[in-house]
Amino acid sequence: MPTLNYAAPSTVDEAVKLLAGASGLAKVLSGGTDLLVQMRSGRLKPELIVDTKKIPGIIGIRQENGGFVVGAATPGAVVEADAGMTAAWPGVVEGLDLIGSTQIQGRCSLAGNLCNASPAADSVPALFAAGAIAVVVGSNGRREVPVEQIPASPGRTTLAKDEFILEFRFPPRPARSSDAYLRFIPRTEMDIAVVGCGINVTLDEKGVCTAARVALGAVAPTVLLVQDAADALIGHTLDEETLKKLDAAARAACKPINDKRGTIEYRTKVAGVLARRVAAIAFDRAMGKTQGKTH
Amino acid sequence: MSKHHVTTTINGEPTEYLCETQQTMLDTLRDVLGLTGSKEGCASGDCGACSIIVDGRLVCSCLMLGVEAEGKAITTIEGIAEGDKLHPVQQKFLEHAALQCGFCTPGFIVATKALLDENPNPTETEARYWLAGNLCRCTGYDKIIRAVMDAAAEMRGETVR
Repeated sequence: MPTLNYAAPSTVDEAVKLLAGASGLAKVLSGGTDLLVQMRSGRLKPELIVDTKKIPGIIGIRQENGGFVVGAATPGAVVEADAGMTAAWPGVVEGLDLIGSTQIQGRCSLAGNLCNASPAADSVPALFAAGAIAVVVGSNGRREVPVEQIPASPGRTTLAKDEFILEFRFPPRPARSSDAYLRFIPRTEMDIAVVGCGINVTLDEKGVCTAARVALGAVAPTVLLVQDAADALIGHTLDEETLKKLDAAARAACKPINDKRGTIEYRTKVAGVLARRVAAIAFDRAMGKTQGKTH
Repeated sequence: MSKHHVTTTINGEPTEYLCETQQTMLDTLRDVLGLTGSKEGCASGDCGACSIIVDGRLVCSCLMLGVEAEGKAITTIEGIAEGDKLHPVQQKFLEHAALQCGFCTPGFIVATKALLDENPNPTETEARYWLAGNLCRCTGYDKIIRAVMDAAAEMRGETVR
């Protein structure tokens, strides 16, 4: 068995050098809730693990220029416990809150969930809908990447070998803005999404949508940002006509597979239903009608 | 690569050990340190039998590397009782017969302690969601939940029944 090396650098430069210099597969370790399982099953055989958690700022939440900055390796449980994030981004928080168990949430991170690149990742639709920016570091310095450009296909990202995500920047919140995330599973807890949907909206005083982002999970090889579904909301209140258009746009975007969790037909139908429900929660929250989590 | 030298705190005791990169925290506890109370059920983070508390957060020790314990404060099932005196959660699991084979019990007790440290007055729903990552094949969970709710009440200083 080849030797497995481990390093826990305390600077970005050191981490990037280690990743760039690895001759075989090098993996970034944040919470490890996917990586360790994949190593155990033999699916991944890295020769180097770079534990990034000692890099300053990679764990923690701060406010900057009117928006939140969440360190890439911040455990889900830490984000869920943050009153500021819960108030400003309840949809992102409820996505994180649905990843695995309490134990998993003690370690799992936004960056891990995004870079594991599962189409069914629970925090990713909400992250796409939020319009979060990933701050990516690598040998060529630092670049800011819209999160929807990170996943490439199941299990693959657009990051180069020597790159990793340092933090996520959430944009400042205009008045009457909120978000929501729901997933459908056949049980109440501890399952993988059949379909997930995250919606983020800004409304005017009359409840007319002025900005929206809609994302769907588990209905395509990657999580999808669905512009047509957002367009169905923008310029409208959430009346039945708008809901019908949203439902249709969400269904039209689906390119799912048949598997044990659901058929193509079923997933497509559920995507439309979930989009309606999530939009209703996000609109209510934006108008201050409800607070907090949906479960 | 040679083994990693790790300095950490386990159940309040400063502890040093050597481990290989691929050894999980669970492997390290059981095979290096002889702390065999944490159990390996699934080794994939699904069953919770290996639950430990790391810097105040409940985690699966099978999904953490032994080398990651450097500088952390870790509580395992062996650190829950105070000497011969059982923790109220342990006492209530006994009183309510909240176990049969007992394999999942260390994980449930550690997870329950973490819950009550964070939320001394959970609703039954909150307790059930918190413990959703701990699987028990024997009990059907009801006795476990009764033990958890009773332990919570006792730790709040309330007498029930």
